Amino acid sequence: MAEEPVAQSYPTRWKRPPVLLTHPLWRKIILFGGLVYLVLALQTVEVDWQRVYLGLERGWRFVQGFLVPDFTSRWNDIYAGLMESLTMTVTSTVAGILISVPIGIGAARNLAPAPVYLACRGIITVSRSFQEVIIAILLVAMFGFGPFAGFLTLAFATIGFLSKLLAEEIEDCDRSQIEAIRATGASWWQVVNYAVQPQVMPRLVGLSLYRLDINFRESAVIGIVGAGGIGATLNTAIDRYEYDSAGAVLIIIIAIVLVVEYSSSYIRRWVQ
Amino acid sequence: MSIQAPRAPSSWQFRTPKQTLLRWLGWFWLVALTVFCWQVMNENTIWAFVSDAPDQAADIGDRMFPPAWGYINNLWEPLWDTINIATLGTLLGILIAVPVAFLAATNTTPSTRFVRPLALLIIVASRSINSLIWALLLVAIIGPGLLAGIVAIGLRSIGFIAKLLYEAIEEIDDKQVEAVRATGASGAQVIDYAVVPQILPAFWGISVFRWDINIRESTILGLVGAGGLGIQLNASLSTLAWNQVAMIFIVILGTVVISEWVSAKVREAVL
Repeated sequence: MAEEPVAQSYPTRWKRPPVLLTHPLWRKIILFGGLVYLVLALQTVEVDWQRVYLGLERGWRFVQGFLVPDFTSRWNDIYAGLMESLTMTVTSTVAGILISVPIGIGAARNLAPAPVYLACRGIITVSRSFQEVIIAILLVAMFGFGPFAGFLTLAFATIGFLSKLLAEEIEDCDRSQIEAIRATGASWWQVVNYAVQPQVMPRLVGLSLYRLDINFRESAVIGIVGAGGIGATLNTAIDRYEYDSAGAVLIIIIAIVLVVEYSSSYIRRWVQ
Repeated sequence: MSIQAPRAPSSWQFRTPKQTLLRWLGWFWLVALTVFCWQVMNENTIWAFVSDAPDQAADIGDRMFPPAWGYINNLWEPLWDTINIATLGTLLGILIAVPVAFLAATNTTPSTRFVRPLALLIIVASRSINSLIWALLLVAIIGPGLLAGIVAIGLRSIGFIAKLLYEAIEEIDDKQVEAVRATGASGAQVIDYAVVPQILPAFWGISVFRWDINIRESTILGLVGAGGLGIQLNASLSTLAWNQVAMIFIVILGTVVISEWVSAKVREAVL
């Protein structure tokens, strides 16, 4: 006797399986922990609503200042700050590149011997672990107020950024080209010059332009701790409650960042 | 009849003379610009202070050592505040950045002509201004404290998260979207079932990466009055208590290293 085939019963509802955290227990633990943290964290935020309410009127004045910026009445201060920021950006980027190229080569495992490699990696780690603002505080204390301390800060920060990425790029180089040049009897310098340099040059130009962009943005910040530049102008404008001048400074910063970003992406496309 | 062999140049050159000349001109302009900028920048530099710097550095180093180890008991609460600023600020940033990213991505935006430029403008404005400057503004507007820090971190995070997220949305697999749409799904259902599962790993990666950056940035927001470790740093700096400053630097460094480790682990697990 043949048995009647039983139709397999399909569920009538489908529940989407989770993409991440597929383990149900861990999912619950992590969600619960997140909720507990959120409650604890929100409790530490003390909000003086009256102060916020008073501030709304100021915030509105700031928005108005941003929409109708005043470029003229503080133009001399803005111009001086802008010049400091721009010159600081250019000089610190150039100096940073000049120092970070040898360090980057030294930090590439396929070119440098072990002691040089470790020393260069150490320099990169030190430069990357502290923020620009903290370095600026120290350098202002040593070198006095003004753009020179800012120049040193940005150059120092550039080293960590550029050497690390350059070293990674050199390590990713095509080995066969290096071997081909070495097979002709080239010395170490000649290998660097004829096998590595042509391979990393487009990337180095791209990274340098990207760093130029970052250095300008940072130059607007380190002025707050006294290292010169347009940040100092902005700080003064806000301290004086001159929101229309502050709005003008912010608009100038955004415009320059946009110009640098677009022109550098254009140059990068042209180089690569 | 003999065939005249073409005359080969006696030495090989990589570039034509014109290219060489152009290159030299380019380098010349770069050097000239740098020298000019150097002159303008250092017009008001007092070189006596600069030559004095090694002595100053030795002096500061001397005062920093040994760090005031006991001072760490005053730092636990600011440290907790710093972490809260970074975390809550990142959450605030995510809440605003996700809709902005969907409005900015070409394949999900309701209108490429009106809505997309607006979303891109929000992203650019948020990205161009550093969180310290946002904090400076917000402290002036809503008063000093944690709230100003959280909002500053949030506003700065919008641009970063939204930019990376909208690029991820633009790179999704269109076939899955089409498949879900073919079942008769509405616009919201297409986003929920076809787009979101594809960008979820990228989303978590970006968020944790930004959280890591935010921990770094929130350590110094207190310099302008926005709460956290920076307030202690400012107080110690203004009283020239360099051994306390050294202790604060150690705490900041430790926090940054731990947050970087956490973020690397989470990204490894997610991606």
